[in-house]
Amino acid sequence: MPVARTITHVEVESGIRLPRWRPGAWLLLAPALGAIGAVSVYPVLLGLWLSFRNTTLSSPDDAFVGVSNYQQLFADGQFWNAWGHTVEFTGVSTFFETVIGLAMALVLTERFLGRGIVRAAMLVPWAIPTVVTSKMFGWLFDGQHGLVNYLGHFFGLIHTNINWYGSPEFALPTIIMADVWKTTPFMALLLLAGLQTIPRSLTEAASIDGANPWQQFWMVRFPLLAPSLLIAAMFRALDAFRIFDLVYVLTGGGPADSTEVLSTLTYKNLFSALQFGYGSALSTLMFLTEIVIAAGFGVFLLKRFREVKL
Amino acid sequence: MSAALVERESRRTARRAINLTRPLIYLCSLLIVIWSVGPFLWQLSTSLQLDRDLIGDQPKLLPIPLCFDHFVNIFVAKNFHRYILNSVVVAGASTLLCLIIGAVAAYALARLDVRGRLGILGFVLAVSMFPQIAVVAPLYVLASNLGWLDTYRVLIVVYLALGLPFVIWVLFGHFRTIPATLDEAARLDGARPLTIFFRIIIPIALPGIVTTGLLSFIASWNEFMFALAFTSDINRQTVPVGIANFTDLHYVPWGDIAAASVVVTFPLVALVLIFQRNIISGITGGAVKE
Repeated sequence: MPVARTITHVEVESGIRLPRWRPGAWLLLAPALGAIGAVSVYPVLLGLWLSFRNTTLSSPDDAFVGVSNYQQLFADGQFWNAWGHTVEFTGVSTFFETVIGLAMALVLTERFLGRGIVRAAMLVPWAIPTVVTSKMFGWLFDGQHGLVNYLGHFFGLIHTNINWYGSPEFALPTIIMADVWKTTPFMALLLLAGLQTIPRSLTEAASIDGANPWQQFWMVRFPLLAPSLLIAAMFRALDAFRIFDLVYVLTGGGPADSTEVLSTLTYKNLFSALQFGYGSALSTLMFLTEIVIAAGFGVFLLKRFREVKL
Repeated sequence: MSAALVERESRRTARRAINLTRPLIYLCSLLIVIWSVGPFLWQLSTSLQLDRDLIGDQPKLLPIPLCFDHFVNIFVAKNFHRYILNSVVVAGASTLLCLIIGAVAAYALARLDVRGRLGILGFVLAVSMFPQIAVVAPLYVLASNLGWLDTYRVLIVVYLALGLPFVIWVLFGHFRTIPATLDEAARLDGARPLTIFFRIIIPIALPGIVTTGLLSFIASWNEFMFALAFTSDINRQTVPVGIANFTDLHYVPWGDIAAASVVVTFPLVALVLIFQRNIISGITGGAVKE
């Protein structure tokens, strides 16, 4: 019998109607929804309210100022600077993580000796705290004694030391590399899950028909994998958009604001300048951007869930 | 051609194709392993080297001579055990609460008659997408009004709420794979929902619950921004904040940082390697098979 179909109605196979437990169910949901409401929903609304006020923690100012925070924001060069870096970071890192992750997943779908070890190794970057990743890349990419500069010299790729995250030119690419390192293996595992739902017989049939591996990938696997790929990439993009830890710890937004992203800019406005009103306007805008991305995503997901009759 | 023949032919083709690409696959998997564990091994090697070797002209790949000064230094001079204790308390308590509250909610969603189930699941998913920076300021104001700054409880409550969406979704998935006929039989025997939950659902889903707990523990252990914003006292700061603040006035203590990284990452890496199969099926919804 279809296992997961008997949920909304309580009529069981024997035909006996069992009593409904609706109040009890809500009681069980209450703690979870209460916690999420108190720590996520209510603060978002409070943040929206703060964004229309000139609240600062360093002065007694706390009055309604209408949309002036938002007006100030749109005229703020620092905001657009951070916005540009966030979009660049999100786009470039999501792209590389998806492409390299897909390549890794394709390798891992093959059966070979030691596959389990490779998969286990791939969890290591994901498990390492992001703060540790920042420090680790800080040391690897150190301008004077970093291993990356040394290897660059060794293989003849560079002739003078590059001051990676200490120079406005290379700082954002260094952060992107750190993020790609940390997140790609995780992406690969998600895509691997998608690949494994594609029956092996399909690629085998294609290979009997004379398709080479390249054709097998583009004609058979890729079209079937496209939905998983899209979902994984969108999840990743939403996550990348709110990047904070890596930037804050590795460069603090510098040098010369060349790595400032929306989260770090907001954090500084909140906790260094103590501009809670202005900072809240910033975070509210970020929130709205994420909603736009997530809404499209949510509609897509719900449609898919309805299709499989959850 | 008979079906059996097609089958055999296809197997042969598949085998031949695999044989041709075999060396390439081994090369690629070697690269993946180096990519994944290389930087961490370098951090491990760094943590065991003398300071003067770290800033020498040529980096030494292996820590010869072995030196444990950095490990001694982080505990004796930098009180690193205090951060570890704080992290254990915060991540442990929030994970435990998260599992209890999340499992109960997931059970209600998976098994009981809840109207708007899809809506609730969608809402929970949407909440997990919130940029956390959007709630940090209002929560700071709330915590400060309650006198909760620099306490364990503020971080425990925040991590509980941040972890819930993930726990609810994953456990919902696990509970749905348990045949509904089991609860129906119990209900016909007169069992109440909570009896079914404790006697049937929990025991069957236990491996999944343990893995989910592990994942949510890792997430709380690694969280940085809220810990940074809500704690300024070393007696309440967690490990990520401690490591982020590891800078001396005149130079960056790379050796100490590496030692601290190794200390906090080693247990995670060990756990992940032990539970890797469960974790992979946990994060991919059971789709990756051996």
